[in-house]
Amino acid sequence: MSDYIIETNQLWKSFKGQPALRGLDLRVPAGSIFGFLGRNGAGKTTTIKTLMGLLRADGGTARVFGTSVTDTDGTLEKRAIEVRRRIGFVTEDKELYPYMTVEQIIRFTRPFFPKWRDDLEQRYLKMFELPPKKKIPDLSKGMRSKLMLLLAISRGAELLILDEPTDGLDPAATEDVLRELVAIAASSGTTMFFSSHQLSEVELIADHIGIIEQGKMIVAGSLDDMKAQYQRLQVVFTNSVEMPSRWVGGVEHVRQEGRVVSILASHNVDAIVEQARALPGTAVERFPVTLKEIFLEHVRSN
Amino acid sequence: MIFRLNQSSGIPLYLQLIEQVKHAVETGALREGDQLPTIRKVAVDLVMNPNTVVRAYRELEHEGVLELKHGSGAFIKESAGGRARVMRKAQAVVQSAIERLASLGLAEAELRRVFENELAQARTEGRLGAVTEGKP
Repeated sequence: MSDYIIETNQLWKSFKGQPALRGLDLRVPAGSIFGFLGRNGAGKTTTIKTLMGLLRADGGTARVFGTSVTDTDGTLEKRAIEVRRRIGFVTEDKELYPYMTVEQIIRFTRPFFPKWRDDLEQRYLKMFELPPKKKIPDLSKGMRSKLMLLLAISRGAELLILDEPTDGLDPAATEDVLRELVAIAASSGTTMFFSSHQLSEVELIADHIGIIEQGKMIVAGSLDDMKAQYQRLQVVFTNSVEMPSRWVGGVEHVRQEGRVVSILASHNVDAIVEQARALPGTAVERFPVTLKEIFLEHVRSN
Repeated sequence: MIFRLNQSSGIPLYLQLIEQVKHAVETGALREGDQLPTIRKVAVDLVMNPNTVVRAYRELEHEGVLELKHGSGAFIKESAGGRARVMRKAQAVVQSAIERLASLGLAEAELRRVFENELAQARTEGRLGAVTEGKP
């Protein structure tokens, strides 16, 4: 098996002739917390459903735990079920059986998973303050998220796939959930693949990120490396602005306001600084870039 | 050791941890043989990725600041003390520079910009030694 828990190559999927995935390449290293980012409709949910074996790709390959979830031979369905058994899953729509209580759905789910962890179940029941006798439709959105997390975590999954796990949670509940995810990652080495629009929380807990846009991965890699490479430069001209006819490589975006020019660099920063300093009458300053800036830059320019 | 993170700064989190450990060693808040909190504790307390904490600790070990003992945790290494004396000298130099610049009427933000720019310039021109932090 490779070092990647999830690995796709040139994954394609269309709905009624409309492509949702256009050659998606995705690699999620074992033991990582991978933040999967993209605008609404970029293809995040389609990707997740394909990985779970709930959708069949039109082309390309996808492997989860080294097992193909795309090869359409007679055993595909069986393999997909086997893969799903090892995944804990929290969906965006948080669908749960509406006629059950908290206690009932836990009792109902438990027998499907031989590695069920009673200790975790009890712990999260208490920590999330979930009322055992309450029916699922009577729970708040945040409570339903926590219940899904409890079900996902307690099954002893090797991979957690979380589709906007903190969506609809208040700041305190968000903090609880993120802290638990980090604790699980630290103690069991569980790989986590999660999509979110909350870039600041992704920035905290993810070590790898991938940005999907129109069904393609446009940026992917280690978050720290990315942040070390990306920088914003501010060039202030004392007199008139005289830009070079051509910037060196690495300049992603240039914006001018009066005598101030702001440059977003994706790499090669030292050479860009040098080039800017060589321009007549300039002072150059460099600033670190946040994940939000990297994200917006890429989804806007695409 | 209590770590703090500044999320909006854009500086990679592992670099922030590294800086804080070094600073604590330099000021004497952490001394030879002192134990740092476990990776799990730092990750959970700060709600950050455990691999990021691992990366910071490994890099500190590589630079000779920390010693990682398997199973028992991370300890400040004895050689860090010599560095502390050098850093105290550096502190004095910077202190007097700040006083002079402040007397010229520079505000804190201006002062910081001047310093960071000159540092970046020195780095570009290769005037900095090999052990400097910042860029990996």
